[in-house]
Amino acid sequence: MTDNAQTLENLAASDYKYGFVTDIEQETVPPGLDEAVVRLISAKKDEPEWLLAWRLEAYRHWLTQQEPEWAHVHYPKIDYQALSYYSAPKKKGDGPKSLDEIDPELRRTYEKLGIPLAEQAILAGVAVDAVFDSVSVATSYKGKLAELGIIFCSFSEAVREHPELVRQYLGSVVPYRDNYFATLNSAVFSDGSFVYIPPGVRCPMELSTYFRINASNTGQFERTLIIADEGAYVSYLEGCTAPMRDENQLHAAVVELVALDNATIKYSTVQNWYPGDKDGKGGIYNFVTKRGLCKGDDSKISWTQVETGSAITWKYPSCILRGENSVGEFYSVAITRDYQQADTGTKMIHIGKNTRSTIVSKGISSGHGQNAYRGLVKILPTAENARNHSQCDSLLMGDQCGAHTFPYLQVQNPTAQVEHEASTSKISEDQVFYCKQRGIGAEDAVSLIVNGFCKEVFKELPMEFAVEAQKLIELKLEGSVG
Amino acid sequence: MLEIRNLHATVEGREILNGIDLIVRPGEVHAIMGPNGSGKSTLANVIAGREGYIVTEGEITFDGKNLLEMAPETRACEGLFLAFQYPVEIPGVANLYFLKAAVNAVRKYRGEPSVDAMDFWELIHQRMDLVKMDESMLKRSVNEGFSGGEKKRNEVFQMAVLQPRFAVMDETDSGLDIDALKVVADGVNALRSPERGFLVITHYQRLLDYIVPDQVHVLFNGRIVRSGGKELALELEEQGYALYNEEPGRARRAAA
Repeated sequence: MTDNAQTLENLAASDYKYGFVTDIEQETVPPGLDEAVVRLISAKKDEPEWLLAWRLEAYRHWLTQQEPEWAHVHYPKIDYQALSYYSAPKKKGDGPKSLDEIDPELRRTYEKLGIPLAEQAILAGVAVDAVFDSVSVATSYKGKLAELGIIFCSFSEAVREHPELVRQYLGSVVPYRDNYFATLNSAVFSDGSFVYIPPGVRCPMELSTYFRINASNTGQFERTLIIADEGAYVSYLEGCTAPMRDENQLHAAVVELVALDNATIKYSTVQNWYPGDKDGKGGIYNFVTKRGLCKGDDSKISWTQVETGSAITWKYPSCILRGENSVGEFYSVAITRDYQQADTGTKMIHIGKNTRSTIVSKGISSGHGQNAYRGLVKILPTAENARNHSQCDSLLMGDQCGAHTFPYLQVQNPTAQVEHEASTSKISEDQVFYCKQRGIGAEDAVSLIVNGFCKEVFKELPMEFAVEAQKLIELKLEGSVG
Repeated sequence: MLEIRNLHATVEGREILNGIDLIVRPGEVHAIMGPNGSGKSTLANVIAGREGYIVTEGEITFDGKNLLEMAPETRACEGLFLAFQYPVEIPGVANLYFLKAAVNAVRKYRGEPSVDAMDFWELIHQRMDLVKMDESMLKRSVNEGFSGGEKKRNEVFQMAVLQPRFAVMDETDSGLDIDALKVVADGVNALRSPERGFLVITHYQRLLDYIVPDQVHVLFNGRIVRSGGKELALELEEQGYALYNEEPGRARRAAA
């Protein structure tokens, strides 16, 4: 392993040495989950009665559920009673005071990824006072959005300020009964983001480019709800290429998207949570439920994800194509190295007439990584003339890793046209030698070839994110070339 | 500039090169001819440093430096170019992007800054004309879906952009029709200069009508059995390689 790959491992591991040890100022509920904890979370947030009732229904349902075991991933049983489900927002003063106190290795990686200074500070958990500048930048953009009638705020704020919208749409795409982790999230979700774009408004900026901080303190049970009203457009960016510090091992987020007539939602994710060390110890379990509802005619929802982190990724961003002529897209790059495991893919549920969906999945496995694509394309009897095209490509690096494809097709309407292509390949020595003969060294050659392999997905990312994603892939591949 | 002395090399344990001596001086074009299995492509690959081609004896120096000690990418950065017999496809990597990465890798090796975008664009256009290449080929993925002729033309185009000091052309004429052959030969001839050396490997004399060599060598059973001027190529065309067949060759037997 090269120094750089080592650096990445080190810095990810080193996140923990800043230690969120028990702080007297920090208000943390003792480990364990029961109704009292759910009530306490709701009370702390001063939530309305209907929301508490919803949480409790979810909790009671959760008690009847079993943790799913069908995914192609292996991990020790999670003791849900050993987790703590509420932690008050951190007070300033329990993190490093300034960037000078940050591990230089961590800073070097941030610089390599081209993360602006202010954001570096936030990512590294520097006390908020020290990053006042970027907070004010965020605030000024917020004003501009408000002029257009766009609501972009934390989930808690939305519950307070826009309860009618939250109540109308919460759980309308991912019901609390949906699956084990979504049910758990519904009972105990901490916070997250809320977006509403009014009719006919095109959101003038990529949301969250300047707001990555919003997501940094929302904890392990994040809840996001995005609504694009008739004719609206929004592009939302989630996550960050930089390895973030986090003390929670289990992440069970829920994201719900709703697109009304003629609306378009583009949702891009770059995920780089701590993947565990090179022997497979530690790392985040990322069990996320993401789903979009194309509720209106001619609506469109497009998911793009670059999954590079986490010890285990269990994630299927999906589209329910209810509106006529609605369009669902899923573009994914998932990289596993060392002992990472990913079971990811999508579900495209065609209900409306002339609905179309596209799936492009690129899996890259190296080391002992295991990478599975799992996807469902379902054409209901009502979906006249539905179309789907799926393409799943796997790239293997070395002979210890694995790639698996589980495509499920359910076609209940004879007019449907469904295509599935799949390929598995290795980076050939001929390709690497060709690059070397032109002066390009082995590591650069491999990242060139891998970036070429991912190109169809990267071109779907907003420009700025695409550049970061490319650099991230390079960092991830360092040391994986024999 | 390129000196090969008593070169022996094996591939998968079989001896393919059997004591080659060859000196190419700056400005010279040498042709290597020989039947299939004589070791022509092995020689090209050994010079370029491909994995699996093991030098068991002898040496190669490039401007006095020991070439065999250098990694393949270092050889390239030092100014050695191989036009591949079978150029590989690299899906998703645009030809233009690949070339820029190559140019910058060489510049970095020399301690020069990355190439200026405008300068690069100008160079690309100038060189495209040289091999009559269409601009659309810049945006296409490296060699992906290229016809045999387009691939070879792309090799010469890359050579024209990278401007190596020494180029090995490994059967660049194979699979080309006469028009494509002329384009490729024109490209090579335009790059001939007093500082640049070429080693042109070919099975047929035809290419040498267009790229006129200073010297022709006949490679047989991993050894240069005859050297001469350009008229040697014509002689071979008439008589074939049968003349050299009387000596029972190890390479031939091994290949059988």
